[in-house]
Parts: sequence; structure tokens; C-alpha cells
Amino acid sequence: MNPNIKNQASVKSEAPWLAQKAIVESDKATAAEINGSPKLQASGLDFFYGNNQALHGISLRIPALKTTAFIGPSGCGKSTFLRTFNRMNETLRHARMQGEVLLDGENILEMEVSQLRLRVGMVFQRSNPFPKSVFDNVAYGPRVNGTRRKSDLEEVVETSLQRAALWDEVKDHLHKSALELSGGQQQRLCIARAMAVDPEVLLLDEPCSALDPIATAKIEELLFQIRNSCTLVIVTHNMQQAARVADFTGFFLLGKLIEYDTTKTIFERPKIQATEDYITGRFG
Amino acid sequence: MKKPLSFRRKAINAIMFSATGVCTVLSIGVLFFILGFLLIQGGKFLSWNFFTKLPAPVGEAGGGMANAIVGSGKILLLATLVGVPIGFLAGVFLAEYGHAAFSSVVRFVTDLLNGVPSIVMGIFAYTLIVLRMKHFSAFAGGVALGIMMIPIALRSTDEFLRAVPASLREGAMALGAAKWKSIVTVIIPAAINGIMSGMMLNLARVAGETAPLLFTALSNQFWSPGWNQPTASLPVMIYTYAIAPYPDWHRQAWAAGFILLAMVFIVNITARTIVASGMSNKSRL
Repeated sequence: MNPNIKNQASVKSEAPWLAQKAIVESDKATAAEINGSPKLQASGLDFFYGNNQALHGISLRIPALKTTAFIGPSGCGKSTFLRTFNRMNETLRHARMQGEVLLDGENILEMEVSQLRLRVGMVFQRSNPFPKSVFDNVAYGPRVNGTRRKSDLEEVVETSLQRAALWDEVKDHLHKSALELSGGQQQRLCIARAMAVDPEVLLLDEPCSALDPIATAKIEELLFQIRNSCTLVIVTHNMQQAARVADFTGFFLLGKLIEYDTTKTIFERPKIQATEDYITGRFG
Repeated sequence: MKKPLSFRRKAINAIMFSATGVCTVLSIGVLFFILGFLLIQGGKFLSWNFFTKLPAPVGEAGGGMANAIVGSGKILLLATLVGVPIGFLAGVFLAEYGHAAFSSVVRFVTDLLNGVPSIVMGIFAYTLIVLRMKHFSAFAGGVALGIMMIPIALRSTDEFLRAVPASLREGAMALGAAKWKSIVTVIIPAAINGIMSGMMLNLARVAGETAPLLFTALSNQFWSPGWNQPTASLPVMIYTYAIAPYPDWHRQAWAAGFILLAMVFIVNITARTIVASGMSNKSRL
């Protein structure tokens, strides 16, 4: 996390498959921001499934209005970590958390859980549209939170679908079942649904892992569009994706946060051997 | 050495094939025999009068079972009002709120309750209602059948709710929906086709119950207005008419059997159609 690291001449490894554009994109992020005032902050976070410890003392700060990616092999705890931010793990039995998570400096455990989830939205690995119409899917969040007026709902549905780059494809089929959409459209619908309550943070749990490259590209494009209005935290298996979309990247291994820095540093000059091994494809 | 083994295998295969095949034909055969017999015997005596007239006195030709058809309808309506809400809400509790250990105990007990002989249910309702009210009634019959509906109503609600993918629950909760709200607005609607068809099959099953009604609704040769009088029902009419010594009554019993079967059939087919439409919805996921 030392900003001077950039000046070091020795480049441990170049990942040849990284698109040049992506590097430039991530360049805007500076290591200093990591230590600035964070949107989300975890300190000393331990997490247990029964007797099984899934997270070991994780501390990190997620800057506001930036995109942060978590990478790491399967089972490394990155999804579990992501799900602590909207207290989604509470729905699991025998799950236990120690440590502290702050949203804008406020302890999330002391917040009303539905209020927290309004501020911290989530998109899941597999698209999970409700078996309702496209309109009713997007309007679900606002309705649950008390919006009743039809004109208000229509407006929020249109804006959200536009933000999720889906409006043009579905505007004539708003009352068709959401299950008739393609896989990629369904996932963008889920993003629109999450955006409809205007969250401050959007958590994305491997949002593209079930999609083909074209659908993935569309999602990434829309992430670029919403990144300026919403803090994005994305878990991904796809390292190119982390390199393309994220300002900051954290590498997880066996429930520990191994390294966390600007995406550029993580992919070009990782300080820790395990990170380098992982991003160069030596394991995982 | 090889040849006899191969012969043996072929022989065993042939035996297995014919044994299972014959049993399949036998089971379908019995069903078709009953269906055909009822169709011919019952259909033959079916007339418009059967649906519109009261039972005729012995010796007098004609007459119908209008009162029993209406009576069955009333008793089944009451049974649905008793059994479906209780079973449904309890099923929601088991699937959504109950702790694993508690739920599995309740499921086991419910299955036991489902296995209680229907005549025992009849005695239960008799003791509970008929003895207190001092007379037989449609109300007692409806309650008896309603109690019989609870186990299946509960279990089918429970099963179909648990089949709703966890991702939908998470999706609703991630949008700030309280648990009850996600249950009402997402989970139950996602399972409603299955639950509805479970309820209909449940209704079709109790529609033919006779023993509990003998203790509770009894029967009646006349109209029984309201809920508080002995009430005729198709199964009990079939029972009474079939064991009577009059050929005229036997014909009426056949016709009643045919109508009861037709009703059960229609309910079954409707239920399966509902499930099938739900399936095609899900396959698009």
C-alpha cells in the first residue's frame, strides 16, 4: 500500500493478456485513496460456518464511488466477505461473525437490516428474476419500500432499466414474464432491480460467471456507466474482468486477504508471491 | 460354459419382463374395469332427474339425488374452509420459519395423522361435535373431512415452498423486503401453482370418504337447509343405496358412483393441468 511502489524499477511480472486499455483505466486509482475516508470499512473480521472459520481477521477500506474487485480461487471466502456488507449471511444457520463493518462510519450491525439493504444493494451469481413481469421485477424494491403511485413506479422502472442498459430491449415487453428474457438480459434486469432503490453501494457476486462473453461485455459496459453514481464491489473469478473494471483489487486465499492495492499494482507489481502465482495462472 | 449362462440370462430377462409387464397390465386393467363398469352401469341410469329430483320413496320409480349432490358440495366447501387455511399456514410456518429439528418432528407427526384411519376421524368428530350438539349435521361432516385435509394441505404447501430456489428469497431480502413480505410477495406466488394443485388433489381424495360422514353428517332423504341438519352426501347415499334390497336403488347407486368418479376425475385433471402450466413456466428459467 506504499504509493512509492510504483517507482520501483523491478517489475516482477507482466500479465501479457491484460488489455492495455484496462491498465490505463485503472491508472486513475491511486493507492492513497485506499487510506482515505472509506465508504465501507471492515476491521478484524472473522467469520464462521459452524466450527469452520471462513474468514480470518480481514481489514480493508473500500473508497466511495470507486470499483473494488475481490479475486481468488473458489472457496477463498471472497463471496462470504462480500455478503457481510449487506448482512446476507445472517440468513444462514450456524453462521457467526466477529469484528466490525462500517458503512459511512456507522456500524452495520446497529442498523435496521432492511434499511442497510436499501443502501447496499446486491446482484447474485445466477440471475434470479422473480417469476413476475419485467415491470413488477424492477418495481419490487420501490413497492416494498412504500412507493404506490403508478406514475412514480413507471418513472423509476424506466430510469432503472435505462441505467442497466436494458430499456431499449424491453420497453415494449414490460408486462411479459421476466423469465422469458435471455440469460444476459435477466442479469441486467437484476441489476436494474437493484438500482431501482438507488443504492449507495452495489455488491456484485460473480455477476457474469453464468454468461457468455457478449453478455459479459454488456454488463461490464453498464458497470462503467453506473460506477460514477454508485460504489461498486465485485467478486469475480475472471481476472481479466477485475483488471478491466476495478480501481482496486483484493486477493483472497484460504479466508485471508493476502494483498489489497490498486488494480494496476496488483496485476503489474504484486508484492506477495502468492498473488503473483495466482494472477499468472500458476494455481487456482 | 458360456452358452448356458447366456441362456440363463435371457431366461431371467424374459421372466422379469413378463412378470413386471403382466402386473402393469393388471393394475391398469383393474382401473379400466372399474371405470368401464361405472360408465356403463352408471351412465345407463343417469338422467336429468338424477340431478334435479329428491330421492323417491321405495317402490316409486324415478327420483334423483339432487340433495346429495348439493350436500356433498356443502360438506366439501366447509372441509376446504377448515382444512386448507390451517394446513396452508402451518405449511408456510414449517417451510419458512420452523427450525430444522422442530420441522422434521412436525412433518413426521403430520404423516402419522395422515395415516389415521378415516373412521377414527369420524369418531373424533362425532365425540367432539355431534355429541355436544346432540344431532348430526353438515357442519360436523365438514369439520371431519376438513381435519382429514390438514395433513396433505400442510405437506404439499411445505414441499412446494421448499422447492422455491433460495436465490429468490435472497433476491427479495437483498431489496430490503422483510421476511414476511418476501414470503407473501415472492415465495408463495412462485409456488402457488403446485400448492393449488395439491389442495385440489386433497379435495378429490376426501370427496369419496364415507366412513367419517356416517358418524357426522349422516344422511337425509330430503333437502337440508343450513348447516345444522343431517345432510345427504354422495358417498353415504352410494353406501345406503347399494346395500338396500331394491334393484331401483342399486341403479341409483351406480349413477351416484359415476357422478362421484366424474367429479374426482375433473378435479384431478384440472390440478394436473395447473401443475403442467407451472412446469412450462419454470423450464424457461
